[in-house]
Formats: sequence, C-alpha cells, structure tokens
Amino acid sequence: MTENYAIEVRNLTKKFGNFTAVDDISFNVNEKEIFGFLGPNGAGKSTTIRVLCTLARPTAGDAKVNGYDLLKDANKVRSSIGLVSEKMIMYERLTAAENLRFFGNLYQMPKKKLEDKIDELLKLVNMSDWKNAQIGTFSTGMRQRINVIRALLTEPKVIFMDEPTLGLDPQTTLSIRDLIRDINKTGTTVILTTHAMIEAEALSNRIAIIDHGKIIALDTPANLKKLVEEADMTVFSARIPNLTPLLVEKVRKLDCVAAIDQPDAYDIKVSARGSEGFDRIIDTIRADGGKISMINTNEPTLEDVFLSVTGKAMRDQANEKPKQRRHGPWGAPRARVR
Amino acid sequence: MGLIKGLQDSYRIAVKDLLEFERNRMGLIFLFLMPFFMLIMTGYIFPTGSSYTNIPVAVVDLDNSAVSHALIAQIQAMNNKTNAMDISYVSSVATAKDDITKGQVYGAIVIPEGLASNMGQETSTNITIYSDNSNPQLSMIMQAMGAQIVSVLGSEQAAANVMTIDMKANQTISPATAEALIAPLVPVEQGTVPGNMNYFSFVAPGLLMMIVMMGAMTGIPRAVAHEKEIGTFDGILSAPVNDMSIIFGKTLAQTVRGFIQGIIVLIIAILLFGVTIHGSIPLAFFVLFLGIFSFIGLGILLTSLANNEETAQILMMVLQFPMMFLTGVFFPIQQMPWFMQDLSKILPLTYAVTAMRKVMILGAGPTDILSEMAILIVFGAIMLIIAIPVFRRSMTR
Repeated sequence: MTENYAIEVRNLTKKFGNFTAVDDISFNVNEKEIFGFLGPNGAGKSTTIRVLCTLARPTAGDAKVNGYDLLKDANKVRSSIGLVSEKMIMYERLTAAENLRFFGNLYQMPKKKLEDKIDELLKLVNMSDWKNAQIGTFSTGMRQRINVIRALLTEPKVIFMDEPTLGLDPQTTLSIRDLIRDINKTGTTVILTTHAMIEAEALSNRIAIIDHGKIIALDTPANLKKLVEEADMTVFSARIPNLTPLLVEKVRKLDCVAAIDQPDAYDIKVSARGSEGFDRIIDTIRADGGKISMINTNEPTLEDVFLSVTGKAMRDQANEKPKQRRHGPWGAPRARVR
Repeated sequence: MGLIKGLQDSYRIAVKDLLEFERNRMGLIFLFLMPFFMLIMTGYIFPTGSSYTNIPVAVVDLDNSAVSHALIAQIQAMNNKTNAMDISYVSSVATAKDDITKGQVYGAIVIPEGLASNMGQETSTNITIYSDNSNPQLSMIMQAMGAQIVSVLGSEQAAANVMTIDMKANQTISPATAEALIAPLVPVEQGTVPGNMNYFSFVAPGLLMMIVMMGAMTGIPRAVAHEKEIGTFDGILSAPVNDMSIIFGKTLAQTVRGFIQGIIVLIIAILLFGVTIHGSIPLAFFVLFLGIFSFIGLGILLTSLANNEETAQILMMVLQFPMMFLTGVFFPIQQMPWFMQDLSKILPLTYAVTAMRKVMILGAGPTDILSEMAILIVFGAIMLIIAIPVFRRSMTR
C-alpha cells in the first residue's frame, strides 16, 4: 500500500462460467507510466481492463485503482479513471459536443469548466470545426479521436485504453500514439492493451505479456528482450527455398528448439536453446536436403520474447482460443468482453 | 446529495435518449404512423352491425312460380334498402354450392320446389341457406343474414295471411294492425352512452393504453440492450452513476415518448375517427400514468434478462401478443371462453384498458375505477419489488 502505485492488483481472477478469462494475476502499475498489456486476442487483456474499470466484478482477488478499492469504493474509482473502449463510446445522433457534455455531466463537472474543457480537447485533436456535427457523419479516425478525448474530459489520474488504434489507418494510428504520449506527459497514468507488438514497444514504459489469462512476463521492453538472451536463446530466421512441412516438423521436434514459426512458404523463425542449438538446427536442415539461402540473427523483438516465453507465435493463438461465448437470458456467463 | 445527483443523472440520461430519438426522423414518422395504422386497421376490419354491404349471394329458384318470383322481388326490394347483398341467380343447388366452393359467393338462398303449392295448402316451406362453413366468420354472417331475410319475408307473408283471414271473417284491418298482431314485441336498441358509438370509440382508449404501456415495458429493455450492444453503456457504467439512475432515466424517456404517442392516438381518434371523450381528461392521464407505473417493474425485469437487442425483441414479441389479444384492447373480453377470460384477469393491461375505457367513454369518476386503480398500483409495486434486486444482480459490474 504505497502512494506510488496507480493500480495494485492482487490475485485477480475473473471467470465466465467455466471459462477463466483472467487467472490469478497480480501486478502493480506505477503512477505516471504507460503500462502495456500485450497478448493475443482473447488472452484476457480486455477483461482485466473491464474489471479495473468496474465494468465487471472480479470472481476472486481484489484491486485498488488510485488507492480506492474496486468493490468498496467503486464510485470513487469511476470518478478517477477514464476509459477508451474498443467499442467507441459515443452516440451517433448526438454531436461531438453533446456527447462530451453528456458524459461530462455524469461526472458532475461544473458547467463552465466542462465547456472550456470540451473546446480545449477538441482543439487538441484538431476537431474544433466539428464540434457541432453529429458523430454519425464522422470517419473512424475522427470518431476515435472523440473517443479518446471523451476519456480525458474529467482529467482522470488513470486512463484505460483498450486497443486504441485497432482498425485505424497508419496516419491516424500515429497521431493517436502521439496523443497518448502527450496525455502521459501531463502526468496521467496510461494502461494500454494492444495486440500490436510495435505499439506496445513504442509506447509502453513497461509491458505485461498476457496469455491464457496469466501474466507470463512483465518488464520494460528492453528487459523483456534481455529475457531472450538470458535464457541463452538464439533467435534467427532462415530462408529455405525448398522448405517442406516435414522439415519444419523435424526441426520442431529437436529438443533445442523452443519455438518455431513459419511466417510464409520459405521462411522459418526459430528460437533455439543452448550454445549448440543453432548449429544443430542448421545441421538438421542441411541433412534433410534443405537449402538455406539466407540466415538472419536479429536483435530480439517483442515478438521473439513472446515466442520464447509462450513457445508460440502470437498470431497462431488467435485461432486456437475456444469460443466460450454463450448468449440468451439464462446463460451463466454474461457478455464476456466487448 | 446522493438522491439529487441520482435524479440529475436520470434526467440527463432521459434528455439524451429523447434527443437521440428526436434526431431519428424515421422513428418520428413511425411514432405518428403506428397509432394511425393501428386505428385504421382495427377500426375498419372489425365488423360493426351495419357494415355488411355487397356480400355476394346466390339465389336458387327451384319453384319458378309466380309466388317464388314475388318472393324474389321482395328480397330485391329489401336489398335495395340495405345493399347488404350482391345477388346473383343460379339455376341449381349444385351450381350454387360450386360457386361457394370457388369463393364466388359467400352463400346461397334456395327456394325449394313446391313453394307455390305449399302456400296454397297453408303448409310451411323450408328456405335453405347454404354457407361456406369452413370460414366460421363468413358462415355466421351468412346465416344471420339469411335468417333475417326469412324472418322478414315470413312476417310479411304472415301479415298478408292475417289480412286474408280477417277478410274471410268479414273484418277489415289495416296492414299496421296485422303487423302488430303477428309481431307484438319489437326490440329497440339503445346504448347508455350518448352520441354515435363506433368501434373506434371502443378501440381508442385501449390502444392509447396499450401503446403507452408497451413503451414502458419493451422500450426500456430495448434501449438498454441497444446501448450495451453499441458499447455506450460502458461509458455510462464506468462513470460514477447509480444503477437506479440509469434505469429511471431510461424509464422517464420511454414514458415521455409513450405520452407523446398516446396524445397522437387521442388526436387522431378525435379528429379523424370522431371519437368523443366523455370523462375527465386529467383522470384519463392519471390512469395512463398508473398503467405505466404498473409496467415499469416488468420492463426492468426484462432489461435484466435481455443482454442483447435480439433477446429483447423476442421477449417483447412473446409478451406483446397475449397483451394485444387478451386484454380487451381489440376484442371484448366478454366474448372469450372462460379460460381466456381468466388468463386476461392476470394481465395488468386488462385493468388499465378497462379503467381507461370507463373514464373516456362512460365518463366514470375516480370512485368508479377504484378497484382497477388499486390492482394496477399493487401489481406495479410487486413487480418493482421483484425487479429491482434482479436488475441489480444483473448489473454486477
């Protein structure tokens, strides 16, 4: 219980029926940092955020946000946070200003302050001209900007952002990222979920890699990358023009191979364990008649970190997740994540 | 402070909902069109006593005598006054039946062979009315019309017979006296409500009540489910807002909307369909308010059950049907079989509709509808007591 933590999570678990979305996780988020949740779809990122925003009740464990207990002081938590949801929170038929005003009023902002803040924020995202236009006429990028400033309206100490750049064009993505950095510079703690490695790396001070509801690594991006080296891992990619599935399987079965990923027909990306791992893999490929036309040993990326800590490439897991959504009025699990 | 903030939040949510609604032009158009169509359709499709005209009927004259021709002339003369039938003549019963089967005529009146001789021998003759009894409604109309024709023709014949008999007895009596002799009792129909009543007057109060209450019952779950689905509900839920403020705000918006629609129903009914209100208008609005109150609990309960718009729609359909048909909005409860009548007694809309009809048409005062009002209040209170904990549980954020 220190003042330095914006968020303290202790043994938090969230189940939907038999499905455990968040599995006994504990972590702290420092004040004024950008904290990234990185993981494949369905890993439990959004559910964690929803629990911390008081939108879902934890099944077990507890958490404090800005020093307030999630359950006991729910309204104080709500007053002190902002939420940028993946599903944009705004009403199509209301104008930008009406949307912002509606939500600002729910936080009991004084009228004058609210109006000033609306003007200020619209200016910040270069949307002053659109103040009185209905959201329905906006492009996705414009909507997302409104979605972000909606969360900033009340000057929250902590702002949660669930996939803030999902589905945006590169240019808007960059401008949203700049905005996130600007928000952070004013002393706001940002908790960010993303399944984009680059985004997590570019923005976050610290990153929690989450998979199957568990945090499997948590550190600064630089330290996470060191994990790969400390584990005596070599990550390299090789181009083999006559690559066959059989060969990939053969390499996968080697005990020195931590993970293998095949991004396309000719390339493999391998995480090898031990000092002789690299040689053994190359020998195996050659012995099988594989022609190696190119080998790259790169600086490990977060992707490699993910590969080495989970043994799988992140994108493989998107398909692996069982669908656990049940609908209907009597179904025990309520809408899992949105 | 908590209460004031709660009410302010409710008010803001309601204003926001109404603003959204006001911007939905299509929705606004249907707000007006829906009661209009409902009134037109229910008002015109339901048969009223004098509404039968030009029903195609076949007449089969198997006797083909002077007497039967005179009879047919009488039928025609009768029909010229009412235009109830569109008469065609066919030569055989088989053809007539065939036409009924084909749907070309609704029924047939058969004058049997031997009418003239029966008349001479003062024996009664059977006039057969054929009808398509696969369609009970049409069959009933046809039977009733046939019976009426036969009865009128019979009376006329009887009057003529009485005059003949009297003449034979060397007594002269006027046709009027003869009529009085054969029909000493004549029914005169008279309602207790002044002015011209039509089916619209029956439907309008019920429709008004139904539309407003349906709004409370189905509008809330739909509005909440919609916000859940588009994701804006998260914005409200992650703000420091009480659950009850949300539900009351939504209710308020739906109530206002229902009232507006109710007033539209009233205006259309009065201006276009000649419905007159006999009772006190403030009392009518009070009954309307009670009706909404009795349904809020049910609406909240449904909100807790429907976590998406589709479920909300299905639940709405399931509840709307019995409400429409069993609560006396369109069809009088008294004409239903006993088990349906019992079923209608457990639906609150029944009492609201009855009360509204009494107030609007019979000019009932508050004391006349005490029992209905009491039932609505009790039902509403019980539903709220059940619904609020369920709703709170369903909202466990």
